[in-house]
Amino acid sequence: MDERLLRSLIPDTLRILIRRGADFASAEDAVQEALLLALHRWPKDPPRDAKGWLISTAWHRFLDAARSEQARRRREELVLAEPPPGPASGKDDSLQLYLLCAHPVLTQSSAVALTLRAVGGLTTAQIAEAYMVPESTMAQRISRAKRKLAEAHFTEPGDLSTVLRVLYLIFNEGYSGEVDLVAEAIRLARELTKLSDHPEVHGLLALMLLTEARRPARTAEDGRLISLAEQDRSLWSTTRIAEGVNILQRALAQDSLGEFQAQAAIAALHADAQAPEETDWEQILQWYDELVSQTESPIAKLNRAVALGHAHDPASGLAALAQLDASLPRHTAASAYLHELNGDFATASRLYSLAAQKASNLPERHHLIRQAARLSGTDANGPWPGSGE
Amino acid sequence: MAKYLLLKHYRGAPDPVNSTPMDQWTPDEVTTHIQYMNEFADRLKETGEFVDGQALAPEGEWVRYDGPGSPPVTDGPFPETKDLIAGWMVIDVENRQRAVELAGELSAAPGAGGRPIHEWLELRPFLSQAPETAE
Repeated sequence: MDERLLRSLIPDTLRILIRRGADFASAEDAVQEALLLALHRWPKDPPRDAKGWLISTAWHRFLDAARSEQARRRREELVLAEPPPGPASGKDDSLQLYLLCAHPVLTQSSAVALTLRAVGGLTTAQIAEAYMVPESTMAQRISRAKRKLAEAHFTEPGDLSTVLRVLYLIFNEGYSGEVDLVAEAIRLARELTKLSDHPEVHGLLALMLLTEARRPARTAEDGRLISLAEQDRSLWSTTRIAEGVNILQRALAQDSLGEFQAQAAIAALHADAQAPEETDWEQILQWYDELVSQTESPIAKLNRAVALGHAHDPASGLAALAQLDASLPRHTAASAYLHELNGDFATASRLYSLAAQKASNLPERHHLIRQAARLSGTDANGPWPGSGE
Repeated sequence: MAKYLLLKHYRGAPDPVNSTPMDQWTPDEVTTHIQYMNEFADRLKETGEFVDGQALAPEGEWVRYDGPGSPPVTDGPFPETKDLIAGWMVIDVENRQRAVELAGELSAAPGAGGRPIHEWLELRPFLSQAPETAE
């Protein structure tokens, strides 16, 4: 059974149930039940018409649930209470689904979960596994999110920028479990580009593809992180890079810059260098300037300081870094890196060791410890305790 | 079966035998150590004895309720003298003997010079649910 094909049918099925008058929350539950049934049955007994099967199964589930609620509410009222199906096209409906699941009234973790389930077609169990929480916790998070949406009555419309942020969050969660969230985020972003011409939607997809292109080179077989400068660039996916660059160029041609396009442009410049020393740091720096002006994000400023350290000299990078709040994530790591560029290995080693203690995830911590170890001489005496994780 | 919590400390545990700080190992020694830890967890997954394991960041703070309407009081960072947990692993094993055996294996993780660290690990039995039969 092609699980990806099945998943791709989920948002359409949901859309059709809503068009038939089902409310979003009940329709979403019914579609999830149909999905679970399909995962169970299709391997042995594949339907002739997958989509037709899903729609009719989900619709019957919805009707069953609605009937069992008759004691509290008569079904007719339930259906009448919903707005009649409007003239909106399927494309608009699909976009609405994205906007709804990433609605600004939801917390980011709820929006992520709901998007993965209602648009991504993942099961609650899969989402729970990917985010390493119990399934009951994830189920509860999703049903609370749906209740919150029902209360919001959608007086305020959804916001495309929150959709993009949610997809980017999913992308950055990576791939720890059975479900590859990177691939899932790319798939959803790709679907979204079919629904919206907004250049930032295309910028986000380009950024994802250009980042994903480097994935085979980013970790060693034992899970060790490999820094950009040390990666085997022949492992980068030229197909993904070409596609990402192509999408980015079309987005930039619309002449309406945004943060995802700027980040994608930086990724594209890195991808363009056959060797680390061929990197066009001057242009990268210009894009960071652009990114900083777009977002005022302190993280962008931090990365800009590193780019400045390459484009001009490490001392300028360190000076720019000194202007920023030292409690920023990766501030110490960036400082260690620039000190190493500057040839001050003892300071770099000490700072890498300190950065390891501040790292927010294990692969990064291990990477930073290795960097400290690599540079540690006789005078390095970092405060790291005599044990690993 | 009995559940045990294996606690690893940043500080507060007695000194290990091989106490060279990790950032003074060679990068290969770091890699070997991490590999050992991963393989240990993988092995327990295969034997059906692994329940959960997480690493904790060294920074943290104390928090307590400060009465109605007030935000909770926080106090931190921890003083240098504080016993500081670095991570935990929960195992579900046949008996105490097996738990001790596994903790011993984990403590043998290689450190500087590729020699075992002999790190002290804290082993704590879970208080289990009351059995149905114990009226």
